[in-house]
Amino acid sequence: MERIPILKVGEFLLVSIQVDMHDRLAMSLQDDLTAKLVATRAKGVLIDISSLDMVDSFIGRMLGHMAAMAGALGAKAVVVGMQPAVAITIVELGMALTEVRTALNVDKGMALLQSLVAKSCSMDNHDCHEK
Amino acid sequence: MTATKSRTMPLDSCEEIVHLRQTTRSWMAEQRFTLVEQTKMMTATSELARNAVVYGGGGSAKLELLEGSGRMGIRVVVEDQGPGIADIGQAMTDHFTSGQGMGLGLGGAKRLVDDFEIRSEPGKGTVVSITKWK
Ligand SMILES: Nc1ncnc2c1ncn2[C@@H]1O[C@H](COP(=O)(O)OP(=O)(O)O)[C@@H](O)[C@H]1O
Ligand SMILES: [Mg+2]
Repeated sequence: MERIPILKVGEFLLVSIQVDMHDRLAMSLQDDLTAKLVATRAKGVLIDISSLDMVDSFIGRMLGHMAAMAGALGAKAVVVGMQPAVAITIVELGMALTEVRTALNVDKGMALLQSLVAKSCSMDNHDCHEK
Repeated sequence: MTATKSRTMPLDSCEEIVHLRQTTRSWMAEQRFTLVEQTKMMTATSELARNAVVYGGGGSAKLELLEGSGRMGIRVVVEDQGPGIADIGQAMTDHFTSGQGMGLGLGGAKRLVDDFEIRSEPGKGTVVSITKWK
């Protein structure tokens, strides 16, 4: 069965969506990502959609679910590389995707993930830092 | 207005939704529609196709290139013989869904195209036609 690969890069997971996903494939990616987050205890997920020439309400909802699910498992999620034409289209479609953190490209997304993870660590250890 | 090219495609699975939206895109690329126009039209097409598969129990789509009176366009007509829509006004309302969707398919598709027509009869089925002009 076809699958979207999920790579482990350091303490993060990297998902690069290279094909126009049909709905079942999108659902299985969501399930695979949940399983992999639990198994690896990754602190962050980078979802690269630069190859996607379209995000409709189904794929948009899936991106939102993946970000929410990562959050529930204590990880940060960043979606990177959305094509400008796709961004214009999803706004007109009515999807704001405001609950999804985004960055321009993989490099900027990685930097954002790193700063988000660093921030949440220093908040967890707030007492230690005070001393 | 005459159709210079036409193709009918089945819509019975989620793979066929992808096939339809990719075909729509490649026809538009050939006709040099802008990238934004291609993206809007293929997204609207995807929404209608999914509705036909999920709510209509499957159906078909007709893709047409239109030419006449100095302009050209692309039209996608998606139809199914499913349960139909009793209250079209409600179905068109943003965020209304009878399923697990976001309720943006019909309203959003209408915003993304130039012409949008919907006909539906309870018990008979639904036909939605969208057109993008160049
Ligand atoms: N082809 C169809 N046949 C029957 N009902 C439909 C069809 N298309 C849309 N509907 C109804 O209209 C509602 C709104 O559709 P839509 O705007 O695409 O949102 P969603 O698909 O997220 O529910 C659907 O939940 C469904 O009840
Ligand atoms: Mg829909």
